[in-house]
Amino acid sequence: MNMTAPTAAPAPAARADAKAILSIRNLESYYGPIMAIRGASLDVREGQIVTVLGANGAGKTTLLKTISGVMDPEKGQVFYAGQNIAGANPDKVVRLGMVHVPEGREVFPLLTVEENLKMGAFTRSDTDGIARDEQMVYGYFPILAERRKQAAGTLSGGQQQMLAIGRGLMAKPKIMLLDEPSLGLSPLLVKEIFQIVRRLNKEQGVTIVLVEQNAKVALEVADYGYVMELGRIVMADTADRLLASKDVQEFYLGVVEETQRGQKRWKQKKTWR
Amino acid sequence: MGVLQLIVSGLANGCVYGLIAMGFVLIYKATEAVNFAQGDFMMLGAFICLGLTNPQFMGLPFWVSVPIAIAIMGAFGYALDLVVLRRMFGQSQIAIVILTIALGFVLRFAAGVIWGHEPVSLVTPMAGKNVHFGGLVLGASEVAVIVVTVVLTGLLYLYFNRTRLGVAMQASSQNQLAAYYMGIPVKRIHSLIWALSGMTAAVAGILFASKGSIDPSIGLLGIKAFAAAVIGGFGSLPGALLGGIIVGLIEPFSGRYMPSGYSQIMPYLLLFLILIFRPHGILAQVHAKKV
Repeated sequence: MNMTAPTAAPAPAARADAKAILSIRNLESYYGPIMAIRGASLDVREGQIVTVLGANGAGKTTLLKTISGVMDPEKGQVFYAGQNIAGANPDKVVRLGMVHVPEGREVFPLLTVEENLKMGAFTRSDTDGIARDEQMVYGYFPILAERRKQAAGTLSGGQQQMLAIGRGLMAKPKIMLLDEPSLGLSPLLVKEIFQIVRRLNKEQGVTIVLVEQNAKVALEVADYGYVMELGRIVMADTADRLLASKDVQEFYLGVVEETQRGQKRWKQKKTWR
Repeated sequence: MGVLQLIVSGLANGCVYGLIAMGFVLIYKATEAVNFAQGDFMMLGAFICLGLTNPQFMGLPFWVSVPIAIAIMGAFGYALDLVVLRRMFGQSQIAIVILTIALGFVLRFAAGVIWGHEPVSLVTPMAGKNVHFGGLVLGASEVAVIVVTVVLTGLLYLYFNRTRLGVAMQASSQNQLAAYYMGIPVKRIHSLIWALSGMTAAVAGILFASKGSIDPSIGLLGIKAFAAAVIGGFGSLPGALLGGIIVGLIEPFSGRYMPSGYSQIMPYLLLFLILIFRPHGILAQVHAKKV
C-alpha cells in the first residue's frame, strides 16, 4: 500500500482556487536543521471545515504554527484574504481575523475564566463588541458562565478545552485553526465539542481548519480533508470520499477487511515511506 | 528608643527592601530572568533624583525631580530590554545573570564618576522633621516611606488586576506561548515590565535616600532584597513585600537584643531556614509551570 502514489490528488497548487480564504503554497518549515514541512500546499474555502489528518510527527501542528505566524516559514507563501502573511507576527495575523487555538489547551492558569476570555480579545478595542462576544461564548459554553470567576487552572480538561475555543472566538476570527481539540478527552466530551465546533461554523460563519489524530470524528464534521505524512500532503479529497477511501480506512480508522486478515498477520511490518 | 520606634524604623527599611524585591519578582515572573542589577537600579534612581534636586547639582524643586527621576528610570528599563536583553533571547539563563551582575558594576562606577563616592544626602521636604502620633514621635521620612509603599503596592495591585495591559502582563508570565498565540505582543510586554521595575526601583531609591545619606555602593542592598524575595516566595509580589518587611524588622531587633554583628547575619540565617523548611518561600504561588 503506497500512499504517496497515484491516490494523491493533483497538487492544489495547480488549480488556483478563487474562492479560497486561505491558500498555502509550497510551504517549508524547519526546526533548526530538521525539515518539518516539506513543501505543503492547500486551500481552505470560506465557510468550510477543513481537516488535516496524519500520524504523530507528520507536521500538522507545525503547519498550523507556520500559518498563524508563531513559526516563520523558510520558503513558500501563506495567502490569507489575498495577502501574503508568511512570516508575519501573530498579533498582526490575529488582527486580520485568523486565530490559532493551540494543542493542549494552554489557558492562563491563574487568571479567571472571564479574564482568559478578555485576553482572547486583546487585539480588539470595541468594548461593546467584546461584551457581546463574551455573552455569545457563554451561550455556546454555559459551563464557562457558571465558572466565570474561577481560576482557569482549576477547570477540568474538557472545560479548559472549551475555554481555549471560547478565548479564540473572542478575537472575532473569520478563520480558526483548531489543533487537536480532542486531546485527552473522553469520547462523550469529544462528541460535544465537535458538535459545538460544527455549530460555530454554521451559525457564526467561522471557517475552521481542524488538525486531528482522531480521524473518524474529524472527517464526520469536516467538508474537506487533507492527509499529511512526513511533512507532505499526500491526499486531498472531500471528507466523505476520504472516509470511504481504503487507505484512510486502513491507516487512520483501523478498519481491516476480513479477507485480508490472515495474510496481514504474516506481513505486518509496513514501511511508511 | 522604644519598641514602637524600632518597629517603625524596621518597617520603613523593610518597605525599601520590599520594593526592590518586587522589582526582582516582576522581572522574574515575566521573563524568567533574575536582574541582579536591581539594587543598582535603586541606587541609580536615588542618585538621579539627588542630582536633579540638590543645590550643588541642578537644584530643581523636590516634587519636580521625583517624577522626572521615575520617568528616566522607566525609560532606562525599557531601553535596556529593547537594546540589550531582547538580543539575548534564547541564550542561557547564566548569560543573562552575568550580564546583569556586570551591569550592576558599571552602574555603580558610573554613578561614582558622576556624583562622587562620598556619602551625600538627598534634600527632601521631610528631612529632619518629626510626626507626633499620640505620644509617639516618629521621623517624617520613615512615615512617608511606609505610606508611599502602601500606596504604590495598592496601585500595582489595581494595575495588574484591573487594566487590560496589566492582566496581559500576568497572562504572558503565566503562559507566554498562549499569550503569543492570542496576539499579545509579548516582547513589548517584557520591555514594559523592565520599565515598571525600573520605576519601582526609582521609588525605592528615592525613599531610601530620604532616610539618610547614600553613596554608589548602596546598590549592594539588592542582595538583602534578593534574600527578602526568596524568603517571601520568589514569584509572588505580596510575598516580596512581606519578605522585605520581615528582613527589615529582624535587623533592628536582633541589633538590640543580640550581640553586635548578628543583625547583619540574621536575614541570611532566616533565608537558610526558609530554604530548608519551605523552599518555595512563605507566599509561593503553587502551580507547576508547564514547559
